[in-house]
Amino acid sequence: MSFLKRSPWVIHYDGSSCNGCDIEVLACLTPMYDIERFGIINTGNPKHADIFLITGSINEQSKSVVENIYNQMPEPKVVVAIGTCALSGGIFAECYNIIGGVDKAIPVDVYVPGCAAKPENIISGVVQALAVLEEKHAQRQKKS
Amino acid sequence: MLSEVSFLIVFPALAAVGIYLCPQDALRHWLVKIASAVIGVVSVICAFGVIKDGGLYFPAHTLWADKLIFALEALLSLYLIIQGIKHKRPLVVGLVLFQILTMIFLEFFSGHHIEAQHNLFIDKFSAIMTLIIGIIGTLICIFAIGYMKDFQHHHRDQPDRRPFFFLLLFVFLSAMFGVVFANNLIWLYFFWEVTTACSFLLIGYTRTEEATRNAFRALEVNLLGGLGFVMALYILICSIGTIEMDKLFVISKFAALAPVALLSIAGLTKAAQLPFCDWLLGAMVAPTPVSALLHSSTMVKAGVYLVLRFSSILQGSYMGLVIALIGGVTFLITSLIAITENNAKRVLAYSTIANLGLVILCAGIGTAQAVWAGILLIIFHAVAKGLLFLCVGSVEHRKHSREIEMMEGLITSMPTMATLMLIGMAGMFLAPFGMLISKWAVLKALVDVSPLLAVLVAFGGAANLFFWVKWMGKLLLAINPPTGEEKNVSGEEFFSLGALAVLTVVACALFPCISTYYIEPYLLGHYGLSVSMSSGNMTIMLIMLGLILLFPLISINFDRSTKRVAPYLGGANTDTIGTFKGSLNNSRPYAMQNYMLEEFFAEKKLYPWGLRISCFLLIVMFALLLFK
Amino acid sequence: MNTLLIFIAYVVLAPITGGLLTGLDRIITARMQSRIGPPILQPFYDVGKLFSKENLVVRKAQNLFIIFHLLFLILTGALFFCGGDLLLVVFAFALAGVFFILGAYRTSSPYAYIGAERELIQMMAYEPMLIITAIGMYMTAHSFNVFDIMSSGKPLLLQLPGIFIGFLFILPIKMRKSPFDLSMSHHAHQELVKGITTEFSGPTLALLEIAHWFELILILGIILLFFPNNIWLGLLVECAVFFLIVLVDNTFARLRWQTVLKAAWAATYIFGMGNIAILSFLK
Repeated sequence: MSFLKRSPWVIHYDGSSCNGCDIEVLACLTPMYDIERFGIINTGNPKHADIFLITGSINEQSKSVVENIYNQMPEPKVVVAIGTCALSGGIFAECYNIIGGVDKAIPVDVYVPGCAAKPENIISGVVQALAVLEEKHAQRQKKS
Repeated sequence: MLSEVSFLIVFPALAAVGIYLCPQDALRHWLVKIASAVIGVVSVICAFGVIKDGGLYFPAHTLWADKLIFALEALLSLYLIIQGIKHKRPLVVGLVLFQILTMIFLEFFSGHHIEAQHNLFIDKFSAIMTLIIGIIGTLICIFAIGYMKDFQHHHRDQPDRRPFFFLLLFVFLSAMFGVVFANNLIWLYFFWEVTTACSFLLIGYTRTEEATRNAFRALEVNLLGGLGFVMALYILICSIGTIEMDKLFVISKFAALAPVALLSIAGLTKAAQLPFCDWLLGAMVAPTPVSALLHSSTMVKAGVYLVLRFSSILQGSYMGLVIALIGGVTFLITSLIAITENNAKRVLAYSTIANLGLVILCAGIGTAQAVWAGILLIIFHAVAKGLLFLCVGSVEHRKHSREIEMMEGLITSMPTMATLMLIGMAGMFLAPFGMLISKWAVLKALVDVSPLLAVLVAFGGAANLFFWVKWMGKLLLAINPPTGEEKNVSGEEFFSLGALAVLTVVACALFPCISTYYIEPYLLGHYGLSVSMSSGNMTIMLIMLGLILLFPLISINFDRSTKRVAPYLGGANTDTIGTFKGSLNNSRPYAMQNYMLEEFFAEKKLYPWGLRISCFLLIVMFALLLFK
Repeated sequence: MNTLLIFIAYVVLAPITGGLLTGLDRIITARMQSRIGPPILQPFYDVGKLFSKENLVVRKAQNLFIIFHLLFLILTGALFFCGGDLLLVVFAFALAGVFFILGAYRTSSPYAYIGAERELIQMMAYEPMLIITAIGMYMTAHSFNVFDIMSSGKPLLLQLPGIFIGFLFILPIKMRKSPFDLSMSHHAHQELVKGITTEFSGPTLALLEIAHWFELILILGIILLFFPNNIWLGLLVECAVFFLIVLVDNTFARLRWQTVLKAAWAATYIFGMGNIAILSFLK
């Protein structure tokens, strides 16, 4: 029986976002949406996290940082890219310093569009991520 | 038995002369090793012999012994007076003059000539001290072989006085054996002064200005203690009529209290209790074997040994309570100050003073349970602290620094040394090692008699926990790759360190035996009752010890195949450990330094308070002496 | 035989009870914050999930320290509940704590380092009070043995009010709750990153969580010692204390460590030592 669905811990990082999506992510933690009902905790530590919530696009400086954080997360892990900038660079895609969306740095499992993404969509994205997490866990178990 | 006892007193001194006169380094080192082995073996034989024989008293009446001791005493005083005049230290001259003149008066002009019935003795407490001096003392001498080789290498520009160094070490061992075997208090006084002189000469070994200054400081304070000693002798000869230690237990407690109090002052100065701490801290300039042998394992133990001897007399008296308070306050204040120190030897020095304070606390309380705790404290502290000082010495030679911050990552750069240090530190405060057993016993002894003193121990114990774990953590923290510095440490050094580490663990495992065969019979003899720890608790301690010992064994191969990642640095890790990506993509180092809590416990804040309180207590002591 | 049964019961029931209490803590906290909160079995789900995660280390043998931390914590609790010496329980407790701190030092990470130093300050802050509690018990119940104290039937709280208050004061420190949650926090999940637990992941983190449950039960057990005359009253007081601690946790922000150290030692000195002074004066 996998407990991953019942206790997904989240780490949230801002690649280069305007903080609009970040605010919406944090809104999910407030009493209004209360995602702790599902056992979701926002930990600031990649070593404790299962789900990586990223907002904003990747630029030269944040590329290595995002990779570093991703590598410090233990398996199984999923990445949820939140907001249009995280998907593809958004309106900043043509900027000289923007490399592109999050999938230019790390593999992404769920994309949540929006500018800024709505909390309901974010939660929906996280729920989809949980399904992916379960799959990865099952694959890991088969391998070992 | 007498032959072993006299052998132990005389042989080290003779060996000292032989070692001094030996011209060749390699041969001298072999002499040191052989002499150490002989002393060690005879000490063990001695100690085992006492188990079945109990306390033995020897007349050891030789006319020339008394005269010889007096003559040597006079020569020593003359030497010290000359040194005092040469270096313009009037206090030294004054103190020595007073002492030698009093002794001359007592010997020739007092009108009393007292013959001691028994000059020497050995009982189970002496046997324990014998083991400490004979085993730990000689291990330190062996360590000194390797250490001083390096030391001379570092101080190539200075004359090689190592023969003199070893001479002093062995003469000191002789004197220590004399202290623990002497029943005649005049003989004890002589041996006591010899240890003072050895300490003076060894601290001043490097002959730098700092060393000379500190050597004289130590001399002055210890001579002050000697002053207390001669005053006690004066009372003993002129008013009580005996110079033998065992007779003091037979006369009325009230009469014995005055000389015992004065002897306790001598003990307090030698054990560097507040307000006499200064000299021990200054003595840390000496080479490390000196710090280990004299100033943690052995000589300072002579001070607490003397006071602990007289615990049954101090029990229940106000004098005892005041002495206990001095010990307790010293324990608390020096433990707190140790938190703020970064210099490893100073931390060890403060910790030594603190633990000696605990023993004095036990001695002042004087109940059987307290003495049980006190003797165990002496044993375990001698082993663990000796080990730690020697380790710090070896590490200092490699790292060229005594700072604790410099010892960061020792587990990677010098793994064996770090492990030995960790064993030593664990032995100083962690359950189930010996010091913890002693601390437990101290608390138990205190709750019955004086619960408020137990509060002092509680706070001091917490402080101890802090600075030891802080240091242990520093050793385990590892940022840099291995450097292989360890292969330069000499075989002699590792031998002694390894032996001491084994002793730390073995002494803990065997403490039930030590208690049953040595301490309990001793207490039975002095108090008529025996105390110990319940067998249930002993079993639990041994189980815990066994579990802890599993740790180093398992850790060797633990985690070998687990995936390694970098520490969390906000994602800004670089490829090199110890740096992170700063602004403008610059690689910046990060450092982790200990909390020193200086705003709370800094030496300059707490030490004056310690001085004030202890001086007040001393005045109370004197008042009690004069008016009772 | 009896001891073995108690030991097994303890090893099985303590983590279950501790976990349920932790879950209850989270629900109460959520309700105080106008939220619904997780289900009561959430801590068990957390631990279950952590066991299924990959194990990552920064330094060799860092996790061994945590295993020994848990081992000695279980030993301490077993010692307490099987009727051991209260002083020895306090010292074994300290030993377990030291293993945890050394493990954090071993990880050689700045955040874990700060967490470890602060945890050490926490230990220094509450250790004197624990010893004074044991001393107080001895002075009133005339034994250090836990079973002796419990069977004495005396209303120890009446003789040890100061010590009880002092003990309550250091309780938030031990339970890692505001305003004394210096080294790691249950609620402030990101302060100091995760403090002392920063570099432990997966199964090791699960062990740490379980260790915390054992610790919780042990501390609640010590509260019971103040009520040997009426166990049900003791259990009632425990519930009240638990609720009070959660309330304080949600009301106060974390204090600076300097303040925590000063306050804890002041409380120990005034309430703890004061109580002992009065007791020894009355004898």
